[in-house]
Amino acid sequence: MALYSEKVMDHFRNPRNVGVIEDANGIGEVGNAKCGDIMKMYLKIEDGIVKDVKFETFGCGSAIASSSMATELIMGQPVSEVRKLTNKAVAEALDGLPDYKMHCSVLAEEAIRSALEDYQKRTGEIIE
Amino acid sequence: MIYADNAATTKMSEAAIHTMVSLLNETWGNPSSLYEHGQKAKEVLEKAREEVAAAIGAEPREIVFTSGGSEADNQAILSAAALGKKNGKIHIISSAFEHHAVLHTLNKLEKEGYEVTLLDVHENGLIVPEEVEEAIREDTCLVTIMTANNEIGTIQPIREIGAICRKKNVLFHTDAVQAIAHIPVNVADDHIDMLSASAHKFHGPKGVGFLSARKGIRLTNLIEGGAQERGRRAGTENVPGIAAMTAALKETCGKMAENAEHLTKLRNMLIEGLKEIPHSALNGDAERRLPGNVNFCFEGIEGESLLLLLDDRGIQASSGSACTSGSLDPSHVLLAIGRVHDVAHGSLRLSLGEDTTEEDVRYMIRSVKEVVEYLRGFSPIWRDLMSGKKEFIL
Repeated sequence: MALYSEKVMDHFRNPRNVGVIEDANGIGEVGNAKCGDIMKMYLKIEDGIVKDVKFETFGCGSAIASSSMATELIMGQPVSEVRKLTNKAVAEALDGLPDYKMHCSVLAEEAIRSALEDYQKRTGEIIE
Repeated sequence: MIYADNAATTKMSEAAIHTMVSLLNETWGNPSSLYEHGQKAKEVLEKAREEVAAAIGAEPREIVFTSGGSEADNQAILSAAALGKKNGKIHIISSAFEHHAVLHTLNKLEKEGYEVTLLDVHENGLIVPEEVEEAIREDTCLVTIMTANNEIGTIQPIREIGAICRKKNVLFHTDAVQAIAHIPVNVADDHIDMLSASAHKFHGPKGVGFLSARKGIRLTNLIEGGAQERGRRAGTENVPGIAAMTAALKETCGKMAENAEHLTKLRNMLIEGLKEIPHSALNGDAERRLPGNVNFCFEGIEGESLLLLLDDRGIQASSGSACTSGSLDPSHVLLAIGRVHDVAHGSLRLSLGEDTTEEDVRYMIRSVKEVVEYLRGFSPIWRDLMSGKKEFIL
């Protein structure tokens, strides 16, 4: 049996929404190099909708796949929905992660949450 | 497919497979049985013991067949510790980058009251013999230092260390799992009291290895039972495995010089090629390392994703990143030579074998360069390094 599901490998090999949004209005970075995982999420929110999202990740295969899947799940979604995103939803969308890799999906959830907080701080908007 | 993980395991040689299958078919008797079928197996076993002994300069009775390198390491260390304790000697010297079969056994002994000194392996991954001598105390019962490191391939000055131990009357054990059949090792010339080896690292089968213990050293049994292996290791002997190991050992030792020359050339070519990758560094001394071992750190990327993408390109390798070790910390070997966590996560080990070709090496250089560049392309660390927000370590 392979280490990862085909979904994980697909998102790892062909990550969606990779890169930087120059005029992002919400940026979140979580993790640290010491542990071997860093995720950075860039959000462009307009009219309460995620118009664009991009990520940069330093990490293992499942960290890259989790970032990619998370961006897909929130693209075009209203921020009120985005803030409800859980790591479980990310992992399930990837057809599961090995137990010891679940923290990668947690990191994806946290990166998005951190980017939303940054957006709130910048705009003063309260997300319900 | 390019198999570049020969330090993890090697492909069984045809001679080893042939030997094993013919024994499984024909000579499957129990060596402890008195009828001819059993005695034939006994003959095979004792012939193997002679040949293994001859390959490392030991006497046949000094060879104990085990389930592999880890068992041999455990038995050697626990035996020396038990012998030491009888004379009030409870101090053991080792190094910070030994295999876990050694380090975890030492941890266990520490909990039982033994004192362990782990020597510095320095930035080049080499033990300094004088530091071994300085560390030896009145109550030192054992020095255990590996012949060659399994991750970074550095070859330790075991002959010098052995001579010091002999002079100081302290037992010397070496985990020679990575070295046997790859570089010359001789227990007599190198003053080795105990040596561990594993068959699958030199084209033999898994699940078999041996411990060489100088006569007069009373070994502690790890497995109690029958009187096999002169009472030092109970259990019906794995005759097909032992004979296959011996066939592989003879064959690989016979080609040692030729293989070493071929591999050293390819290794140096690979090192030169990978050095061209900016902000990378070779781990371990460039000269005093196993002929087929290449180990690099690349800043700004993580090892597991590197391995997966190399696998996609048909290259099988390994890494010392946390994600591949199953723990939160990267390789203890890389940390021991002073690599900080940030860069230790981005390590790659390519361990070449006798089948590796120059074309393979060129392909590996090209592939690693491309994959490292690709991963750096969306690494937030790399962005910070390039923008000057963070300082390069390598």
